[in-house]
Amino acid sequence: MSNQDIKVKDISRKTDQLFTLDTKELPKLPYPYEDWEEPPIGDISETKQAKYETNLDGIMNVQVPIPKTDAEKEQLVAKFLVGLRKLLSKDSNWTFLQPLMLSLDNCVKCNTCSDACPIFEASGRAEIYRPLFRSDILRRLVNKYIRPGGKLTAKFTGADIDLNWETISRLAQLAYRCTLCRRCAQTCPMGCDNGLLSREIRKLFSQEMGIAPSELHEDGTIKQLTTGSSTGITPLALADLMEFTEEDGEERTGMPCKIPFDKSGADILLIHNAGEFLSWPENIQAFAVIFEAAGLSWTLSSDFVGYDSVNYGLFYDDTQYARVTLKHAETARKLGVKKVVLGECGHAHKAAMAIGDRIWLGEANIPRESCMVTLEDIVLNGKIKVDPERNYFPVTVHDPCNITRSMGIIEPQRRVLRKICPQFREMTPHGVHNYCCGGGSGFAIMQSNNFPSWRSMVSGRKKMAQILNAFTREELDPKVNKYVCAPCSNCKGQIRDLFNYYDIWERCHIQYSGLVELIVNCMTDAKEGFIDWEEFH
Amino acid sequence: MVAIQYLTIISVVVAFAAMIIKALRYATAPQSMRWELYPVPHEKGKAEYGGSYLEELNWWTKPRHKDLFNELKEMAAEVILLKGVFNHNKRAWCSSWPFHFGLYLCIGWLVLLLVGAIAESTDVRVTAYGGTVWQVLYYLTAGFGYAGLVLSGVGALGLLIWRSSDAAMRKFSSPIDYFNLVFFVVVAVVTLAAHLTADPGHAAMRSYVHAMITLVPVREVGTLLMLEIVLISLLIMWIPLTRMSHFVAKYFLYHSVRWEDEPNKRGSKLEKVLLGQLGRKIGWGAPHIDSEKTWGEAVTEDIKHE
Repeated sequence: MSNQDIKVKDISRKTDQLFTLDTKELPKLPYPYEDWEEPPIGDISETKQAKYETNLDGIMNVQVPIPKTDAEKEQLVAKFLVGLRKLLSKDSNWTFLQPLMLSLDNCVKCNTCSDACPIFEASGRAEIYRPLFRSDILRRLVNKYIRPGGKLTAKFTGADIDLNWETISRLAQLAYRCTLCRRCAQTCPMGCDNGLLSREIRKLFSQEMGIAPSELHEDGTIKQLTTGSSTGITPLALADLMEFTEEDGEERTGMPCKIPFDKSGADILLIHNAGEFLSWPENIQAFAVIFEAAGLSWTLSSDFVGYDSVNYGLFYDDTQYARVTLKHAETARKLGVKKVVLGECGHAHKAAMAIGDRIWLGEANIPRESCMVTLEDIVLNGKIKVDPERNYFPVTVHDPCNITRSMGIIEPQRRVLRKICPQFREMTPHGVHNYCCGGGSGFAIMQSNNFPSWRSMVSGRKKMAQILNAFTREELDPKVNKYVCAPCSNCKGQIRDLFNYYDIWERCHIQYSGLVELIVNCMTDAKEGFIDWEEFH
Repeated sequence: MVAIQYLTIISVVVAFAAMIIKALRYATAPQSMRWELYPVPHEKGKAEYGGSYLEELNWWTKPRHKDLFNELKEMAAEVILLKGVFNHNKRAWCSSWPFHFGLYLCIGWLVLLLVGAIAESTDVRVTAYGGTVWQVLYYLTAGFGYAGLVLSGVGALGLLIWRSSDAAMRKFSSPIDYFNLVFFVVVAVVTLAAHLTADPGHAAMRSYVHAMITLVPVREVGTLLMLEIVLISLLIMWIPLTRMSHFVAKYFLYHSVRWEDEPNKRGSKLEKVLLGQLGRKIGWGAPHIDSEKTWGEAVTEDIKHE
């Protein structure tokens, strides 16, 4: 079936695969990638194909088990309907019922959202990735199968869709072709939110049917709630790891890099994304060096879950989200800190500060602050000495959606960058209107099957183009070192994968890392060269 | 009273009832989690670039400065000019703005007819020569009516053409969408024809409104005017029963979701409401959730190590 011919009601069509992405149709990237040819997205192993559905687009990031019998299919369809009713229930879904109803009822189907969606655009406008396509499936199912008289009026009201196994298995996969960046919602004249609807679909599958990507559920929230961290780092292992991190940090900077743990009554509890401990220890070191130099009273926690700000529940499951965030709140309460500062992790910001605002209750309602704000205070109020000339290379900044679009934290990080990076420049568009890195909503940690290829070629394509466009042709010469400041752990993971896929260090010498690394790199009391260009990428 | 008047009364009652029910449905939904989206226009000094109070050091210790004027300005631009559509979908705006603005004028027309009818309950005559104030009312009514009908009719026609000619729009348009737009076009055409041919000064329509508010039988009206009144009555009743009543929902979409950034402070009324929500039964059936527990119990239990 050709892309242009696909309609919403085709979601229930009994075919092996509804759509195949033709990578030759993807929009061209800018200089120096105009001639870059994307290979076809690889197939999934036959063993996996026999076990899990790939009937949407042949891409796999959520494992939807294939039912063995028709009876099993019917049972699952019935279960989906039960979940759909719960999604519209005041008890089971009080958390998001009001915004859900509003977005379900009031879309006028003007398609304004389509042009705002980086995945739809970067896929060469594949119909199934259109934001309205996904949300209209949910809307039609509700209108036809839940609303009184829905089946009778379905043809007239446009709720012509069939509910069968194909519909729901494809819908589950489709909910994971959206990064929940909410750029589409910004442009909706009505205020409807396709990102919210994607998340609600994910919730239904997780909370009723037990279907969610293993990276988010079994290896994500379940692992975090049973071992202490989604990385699997236990409190004991953390202590060993931090000892080495401190030593290495002191050696690299020539400055104290003490990482305090469990200091009761400290002013600040700093919580990092535990991914930093393993993949970007320089980020942990930089925070320690800056906070120590600024004389802050701060601590990390070794409490179970309290040392890992990750909360993948935010992306797919309210119950798992609440369980994790309440562990964070409890950690802060037990330590008696004045405030919690979230490290460079966008979704952790939103989980603890925005959504968490409605669940950190009573004594656990400890104030939370973004590290962007804390760092701005340190750098702009002269609490550390900096020499911007040490950062004399082209720098641009990536705006994590959760910190900017969902929380309105835009300027603090920019004021720091303007002060310490003489060659700072913006991407276009930026701030609240930024494009997602392509790794949002958990995509960045989904590393199995053929999904990483799709993530690099499609969901990250807009960001890749934005990064290249932030530099001049002369600057893109590999002789010039360039830096993308990505103050978010998941975004860094995605940008790392993008850069590897496009071989960007060899071709353009563009490097990525966080904000604190740039700060330490220009601290006059620190040894020069904290940013090691050869090592960082 | 005659049948046509009963139809008008029923349509007004149904319309208001449907709008109230719709508004109550949203207003009584449980307090949800925060899900705001920036820019939020009441963020004083920050709205222009999409900033929030969360950019402030120790924000919870500082007084909140809400710029309600800017919020009102944003709302006015949205309601009157359809700013969001203009910024993000100019093609839609070219039809959508005249359509909506035409409807506002039509509502104004109905209000002015009502004002005229009330005035005529006294000895006043609203005519082209009835003295300064009543003369102005006469021309305003006619102006609002003709301009509103032309703009809404042209806008509805434009939207109809757009929906049926654009491939992407066609895929997502249903019979009810076309029906609604055709309905508007027909009402505009019939109403214009009725007034241009039989009631150019809208006096007959004013008399009808007068009969309605005084609950007396309407004097004989012509066929076209009769058709106009029937169609307008049906339209008034139909709009709130469909998603065309999105003007009710839009208030909640913006004020309860998109711009709702009120922080939950310890001991606040909001906190009490939220604590109450934790007593709701969770109900979900996946293996990692005990459906019999309350939210409060389910999200604070420890997951067992396997």
